[in-house]
Amino acid sequence: MAIQQAPRAALLDEALGPGGPIVVFDGVSLAFDDKEILRSVSFTLKTGHTKVFLGASGAGKSTILRLILGLLKPDAGRIFVNGERIDDMKEDDLMKVRGDLGMVFQEGALFDSLTVRENVGYKLFEESDAPLDEVNRRVEEVLGFVRLAEFIDRMPSELSGGQRRRVAIARAMTAKPRILLYDEPTTGLDPITSLTIDEEIIKLRDIEGVSSIVVTHQLRDAFFVAEHMAVQNGRELVFERSPPAKADEAEFIMLKDGGIAFEGNATELREAAAKDGYIEAFLS
Amino acid sequence: MPFLQSWLKSALLEVQEYVLMVGKVARASVTRPFYFRDIVEQLESIGVGSLTVVLLTGMFTGMVLALQSGITLDQFGARSMVGRLVSASMVKELGPVLTGLMVAGRVGSGIAAELGSMMVTEQIAALRALGTDPVRKLVLPRMLAGLFMVPLLTVVSGGVGMVGAWIVTVTQLKVASSVYWNSVVAGLYIQDVWMGLIKPFFIGFTIASIGCHVGMRTRGGTQGVGRATTNAVVAASVAVIAVDFLVTKLLIAIMY
Repeated sequence: MAIQQAPRAALLDEALGPGGPIVVFDGVSLAFDDKEILRSVSFTLKTGHTKVFLGASGAGKSTILRLILGLLKPDAGRIFVNGERIDDMKEDDLMKVRGDLGMVFQEGALFDSLTVRENVGYKLFEESDAPLDEVNRRVEEVLGFVRLAEFIDRMPSELSGGQRRRVAIARAMTAKPRILLYDEPTTGLDPITSLTIDEEIIKLRDIEGVSSIVVTHQLRDAFFVAEHMAVQNGRELVFERSPPAKADEAEFIMLKDGGIAFEGNATELREAAAKDGYIEAFLS
Repeated sequence: MPFLQSWLKSALLEVQEYVLMVGKVARASVTRPFYFRDIVEQLESIGVGSLTVVLLTGMFTGMVLALQSGITLDQFGARSMVGRLVSASMVKELGPVLTGLMVAGRVGSGIAAELGSMMVTEQIAALRALGTDPVRKLVLPRMLAGLFMVPLLTVVSGGVGMVGAWIVTVTQLKVASSVYWNSVVAGLYIQDVWMGLIKPFFIGFTIASIGCHVGMRTRGGTQGVGRATTNAVVAASVAVIAVDFLVTKLLIAIMY
């Protein structure tokens, strides 16, 4: 029995099929002490689509990912993930919701006492009853997917920054989640390495059908992910410019002072930059 | 006044978080899942890992105790009673407290530094994101290891302390071996042994829980980890002595 996606009720499966609202924020607000981080933020991520969150440091981008995972609780508003309301859920129930979420942390957050194999297979080794050889096969498969198969027995400290991020992506996708969250996946990497990370994100979206939320302030990467797609060309995988309809499936949200300053596709973002000084400053 | 107020507020918050954590650990210790491998790993690293330092301190404490009490007892012509003094003080006080202090330095700091750096590098958030409760996976094994290994280490420390004192008594004080060991046994009452065995459970729990609490609340990068480590050692060391006093008072009221 191969590693399966987390089971979901048939009705939910139908409702959350392609284009269904897999993550919904409804008027979410959050403040730390007296500092307002998010003020009544609402958006919907559709199944198979990509949301790219832009904004200055401290604008609340990473906070949104933590709210989706249930690592933080909002002060007001409602959050739905996979059809379930999670903002008032207890920690034990959240564990189930997290079964369908994968998160790639800033800098990777790999467990440095475990090997790459143990890191990537962590969820299946520790939190599932999947047979060991099945898990090992899956670990090799995902490491092959991120092109790091030969690093399986290394320790995280022996990897470069880009390799660590790719292992983190592999770890996030091992249990076949339907939603992947990326927290600044390319920050601090050189442009060439960043491109390999962008391609992994596109591959997961287009080949595996994962819905993704990308938090970044690297615009080059954000536009690349939004406007390219992975196409199977014989045995080879190639990255092409997406046709407009496909590019529309990637939406940008720019956060500013706790609210949404812009929401729209890549073309609209470029147009908005011409009118709005803040967005222009961000894009240039 | 505002300074006092904010200090009081943060102190209360700290106590509240500590109690909440202990509550979560209590719940985790009776519900599934258990991470047996992590528990065994921690028993090994906290127990076996602290053996050398505990052996050395126990040995030298016993030796110096014999030397010092030899001088005092000589004033009364009672050198042959060295064993009584050594056994009573090693078993009741010095064994538990010195072991506690050494473990606080070695293990308290280790736990705080490890959990603290996992905290600032988001590894703990990653654990939760992967569906693992860090209290079950990280805190509970360390608390169990502290709870059960400190009493064992204390017994070892008391034992080698008495052996160290024996070596000094025989070679330096020129007291016969049999006289020493008879006096050791004569100096011990069963209540003393109970006290020496019960106290380290409290001390071990205190050290591990403080290390975990401080580690899990680490903020602010590598600097924060350094701060957390220092805080854990200081707090655990003071707590060891305070807990020792309180539990001694309690046990005397109950047993003697």
